[in-house]
Amino acid sequence: MLEARALTCVREERTLFRELSLRVEPGDLVQIAGPNGAGKTSLLRLLAGLSRPFSGEVLWQGEPIQHGRDGYHAELFYLGHQAGIKHELTAFENLAFFRRMHHGQSQANLWQVLAQVGLAGLEEQYAGQLSAGQKRRVALARLWLGGPRLWILDEPFTAIDKHGVKVLENLLLTHTDAGGMVLITTHQDLSLCAGRVRTLTLTPSLEE
Amino acid sequence: MWQMFTGVARRELVSALRRRADVLNPLWFFMIVITLFPLGIGPEPALLARIAPGIVWVAALLSSLLALERLFRDDFIDGTLEQLMLMPCPLGVLVLAKVLAHWLLTGLPLLLLSPLVAVLLSLDMSTFMAVFWTLLLGTPVLSLLGGIGVALTVGIGKGGVLLSLLTLPLYIPVLIFATSAIEAASLGVAYNGQLAILAAQLVGSITLAPFAISAALRVSVN
Repeated sequence: MLEARALTCVREERTLFRELSLRVEPGDLVQIAGPNGAGKTSLLRLLAGLSRPFSGEVLWQGEPIQHGRDGYHAELFYLGHQAGIKHELTAFENLAFFRRMHHGQSQANLWQVLAQVGLAGLEEQYAGQLSAGQKRRVALARLWLGGPRLWILDEPFTAIDKHGVKVLENLLLTHTDAGGMVLITTHQDLSLCAGRVRTLTLTPSLEE
Repeated sequence: MWQMFTGVARRELVSALRRRADVLNPLWFFMIVITLFPLGIGPEPALLARIAPGIVWVAALLSSLLALERLFRDDFIDGTLEQLMLMPCPLGVLVLAKVLAHWLLTGLPLLLLSPLVAVLLSLDMSTFMAVFWTLLLGTPVLSLLGGIGVALTVGIGKGGVLLSLLTLPLYIPVLIFATSAIEAASLGVAYNGQLAILAAQLVGSITLAPFAISAALRVSVN
């Protein structure tokens, strides 16, 4: 269970949000909404432990995440704006690296996983030669490897085609049905998940 | 944890070897500086022997500085640095793996080039051995200390000047003891004292720099 207590985020002298509290239980699918610049990405980075809040704290299973970093990271999949894959390595090598680092027990067949995300035949291509959407698919392929229970996805659908979005939405549903947790920002409607999704809307504060 | 250490180091080596120009550039620079000095000031062995320690080490230092930015800059841009910080392993261990890979590509080749350097600067055998030992002990220190500077400046777009301002003062002790060892060797005096101090710097930076680098990275990525 992920819990945020009274988070305040200040960026460049501007308060993005104040005293924000949030609780994500197993089975939850939470969409963070809000206009550009409302602090969606900042919130996700705070929750992932990539940046420190101005005040407040983030707890994983009741422990502040700074204390049990390794344990928390083993349960976390974070996808940011950049895909986080090396351009000099092939799609296969990138995925194999992540399996080695994060999903030590995973027995998943990497070729199968890559085929599932629609990269069949491109496994041996250097990631630098793939299109933006394909790069994103390489990063998202990690979702099929299993392991982490908490998924924090920052605009995962960027550059992904309609069919890909549908497949991904289905995956989000299966994951939450199995007791996983998903935090997601997107400007698209999550049509398949409509009944399941909880929405948290960030509104830019006007007081200065 | 060992599996992760080797995983990161291997990925680093593979991706660097596929971009050969980036790896060769600093080495090429090192060789050019060393070749140009005898051409510029004349090939008298006595004169060269007098200034050789300085030339070798200033060239090594600048070439290390040239290669340094590659350590974290690309990772910062393509998002792999974020992913590195979210791995279920202490960041210091992964950072050490990255620095080790970086040294294998920038420091170790200098060692391999050192016989050539000895010929170009007409060094005798004992001076050459001193050059070899100081490079062996000193270049890892340069990579480790430089890593702190890169980690601090990686978040700033154009950190080049700031990086050299930050790291060069940290390099000075290495420069002083390394050149003094080579000079002692060329005079036929024992130089194990200087080597011991270089070794101490190496041990100190291996144990402490990973912590400093990971702390600096957390600040930069914040």
